[in-house]
Amino acid sequence: MKILVTVKRVIDYNVKVRVKADQSDVDLANVKMAMNPFCEIAVEAAVRLKEAGLASEIVAVSVGPSACQEQVRTALALGADRGIQVDTAEQPEPLIVAKLLAAVVAAEKPDLVILGKQAIDGDNNQTGQMLAALLDWPQATFASAIAVEEGRLKVTREIDGGLQTLSLALPAIVTTDLRLNEPRYASLPNIMKAKKKPLEVKSPAELGVALKAHTRLLKVEAPAERQGGIKVASVGELVEKLKREAKVI
Amino acid sequence: MSDYVHPYRDTEFVLGELVELERFCAEAGLHDVNGELVSAILAEAGRLGSEVLAPLNAVGDAQGASLGEQHVEETPGFADAYRQFRESGWTSLTAAEAWGGQNLPNVVGTAVNEIWHSANMAFALCPMLTQGAIEAIAHHGSAELQAAYLPQLVSGEWTGTMNLTEPDAGSDLAAIKTKAVPNGDHYLISGQKIFITWGDHRMTDNVVHLVLARLPDAPAGVKGISLFIVPKYLLDAQGRPGARNDVRCVSLEHKLGIHGSPTCVMSFGDKEGAVGYLVGEPHKGLACMFTMMNHARQSVGLQGLSISERAYQQALQYARERLQGTRKDGSRFPIIEYPDVRRMLLTMKASIEAMRALALVAAAEVDRVAHAQDPTAAARHQGRVDLLTPIVKGWLTEMAQEVTSLGVQIHGGMGFIEETGAARHYRDARILTIYEGTTGIQALDLVGRKTLSNKGELLADLLDEIGETVTRLESTGPLVALGLALSDALENGREARRLLLANAEADPALAGSISVNFLMLFGYLCGGWLLARSALRAQALLEAGSGDPQFLEAKLVTARFFGEQLLPRTQALLAAIRAGSGSIMALADEQF
Repeated sequence: MKILVTVKRVIDYNVKVRVKADQSDVDLANVKMAMNPFCEIAVEAAVRLKEAGLASEIVAVSVGPSACQEQVRTALALGADRGIQVDTAEQPEPLIVAKLLAAVVAAEKPDLVILGKQAIDGDNNQTGQMLAALLDWPQATFASAIAVEEGRLKVTREIDGGLQTLSLALPAIVTTDLRLNEPRYASLPNIMKAKKKPLEVKSPAELGVALKAHTRLLKVEAPAERQGGIKVASVGELVEKLKREAKVI
Repeated sequence: MSDYVHPYRDTEFVLGELVELERFCAEAGLHDVNGELVSAILAEAGRLGSEVLAPLNAVGDAQGASLGEQHVEETPGFADAYRQFRESGWTSLTAAEAWGGQNLPNVVGTAVNEIWHSANMAFALCPMLTQGAIEAIAHHGSAELQAAYLPQLVSGEWTGTMNLTEPDAGSDLAAIKTKAVPNGDHYLISGQKIFITWGDHRMTDNVVHLVLARLPDAPAGVKGISLFIVPKYLLDAQGRPGARNDVRCVSLEHKLGIHGSPTCVMSFGDKEGAVGYLVGEPHKGLACMFTMMNHARQSVGLQGLSISERAYQQALQYARERLQGTRKDGSRFPIIEYPDVRRMLLTMKASIEAMRALALVAAAEVDRVAHAQDPTAAARHQGRVDLLTPIVKGWLTEMAQEVTSLGVQIHGGMGFIEETGAARHYRDARILTIYEGTTGIQALDLVGRKTLSNKGELLADLLDEIGETVTRLESTGPLVALGLALSDALENGREARRLLLANAEADPALAGSISVNFLMLFGYLCGGWLLARSALRAQALLEAGSGDPQFLEAKLVTARFFGEQLLPRTQALLAAIRAGSGSIMALADEQF
């Protein structure tokens, strides 16, 4: 089984997010960037399948400017065999990313594509689903367990009402939830080896995808600052306040 | 968010702009090593440090190691953290490829080690001691001993210890009494060693002790000491740990700090004698130890930086959050707005950045010796390593006392309360000016072997190089004031050197009397020099519109602060040096 795993370069989760002065976007200048945590889980899932002898090759793909090669290298250090960077000047919207990935899938012909369920920057939760639609492949989103059984994929997914288990024919799309696994730390020897693994750069033109934006970012605002709480003297006062001030009951 | 985050930007700035690591690696033929690789290494080490090691720091402090029936039982959680640390290959960073190492430069290892010591110094002492054992065996061990012990020490499968100190032999190793008696292909060791860091634990299936002992025919004093390997478990025919050797930890010390690091009293040969193997030649044990001395001393200096960084991060967070004071509009403001709190924070920040620059520049000199193109260049870099080592060890660890104390002070009353954690760094830092040679020992090394014995040549070379930086500052508009501050400190350094060279012979008590002030003066001077060089680079990058302006502007202010607030201390130190030995030697012992 060949696995394609996607990795996105996002603002590091430790960094306090700031909005640009002109409110045009989040300020990413000189900010620490890292691999999207859900993508780390996707890479870990792929590596575990390979370690279990169920996968033969892992290809890590990232879409974005050349800086995202850093995250592809991280995936290579974690156990991916080779990398692809689809070179775009800016970070395209999910539909474009899905189209670019569909073109990569057409060339690479993987049996399984594993993506993070969403990225912690846009929180869109769209790319995996869009990719499945474009390829017309079965999809299992929000995976919390993956198993291979008789040539089919058994995926447990977290849904509002509990857990749902799906059986998918391959090729298929899986997007990872938080509880799928706990990603490992890259080891020093593997960080060194990652430098020597192949990393191919492809242009959207090569892949036959036009970078046409369907959405426009109008304005970014920081969330309103939380007001300090108050202590109420009695349950009666609480109910009163919920009714009259918060107007929630 | 973790309470420790590696300040990777400052480390990368020092490696890129002061050490010029990429140029060095290209010239040294280390083509695999570049800034991108080092960033990836620092990032992953930073994650392991923040997420795995840092949370165990408070655990180790509250629940130190304890002595069990058979073994020392380390702090809960340490064994699992060590397993992750070892499996990630961090123990192999600088070791030679022949033994399974990654052969990365010493300066990269130093930058990474800063992370481990900041995250959890008590834990990080274990791999630090192992690294010392690796070096001793790699430099002086026979081929058989190397093959038997190095791969497992490099992989971290086993850990190493250094057994030097005895109850009557501390700074004065000439008094060592532990015996080694030839017995076939090995020796039988008997005696007691104290203060043995990580002398025993259950994290690995063997512990390899390096032990200083005397052979029966040994001459008295330091020329009669030999070095031995004494494993906790003897190796079987397959080279695996087998029978237990006659060595054990008989007691653990109760200490002021680093509770997570077991400090053992080790007893060798209580029964039939502990089996040991000679490393290097008989009676040359101390020389073997000296090979490691520069590295070990620089490592402890680095710990001074690491613990200071940890204390600073905690104090900074508190200063930002602690609301004390009300504005006219009734809103409350954090203590970071008070000038004196800012003075304390900047003293910490400026000291730390100077310490980091000095630790990494000194570590890179070790690489420059190893990769020198010709013997002349190698000798010059070795001279610089020799000179900087006591300054790195002495000044960084002394500064760590001030910085961690300020960390407590910024917390006010909460700093005195153990739950806050600020006091822990202060307590942990206290060992640093003591072990691996006290500040007094470092200072004697600096004035004696490193200055008087070469007629001050090594210092003159350093002072001339600092002079070149002063010249560059004088012609860089915005940095002229810093140039003046460095120039004054440089003159103080020159005068201190002159006074020592001129008067040491006539007054035998002079060198010892002025030595610590002399060391501190050169510490401030070196720190100020490297921050001034940082400022020159920051100014150039800002003018070129390259890099993060916020970081670079802060670097300029930090260097300016060091010039205004810390470099003038050289003036007071020079005054004390000028006073010489007079009052220090004037009282009779009983008048104290």
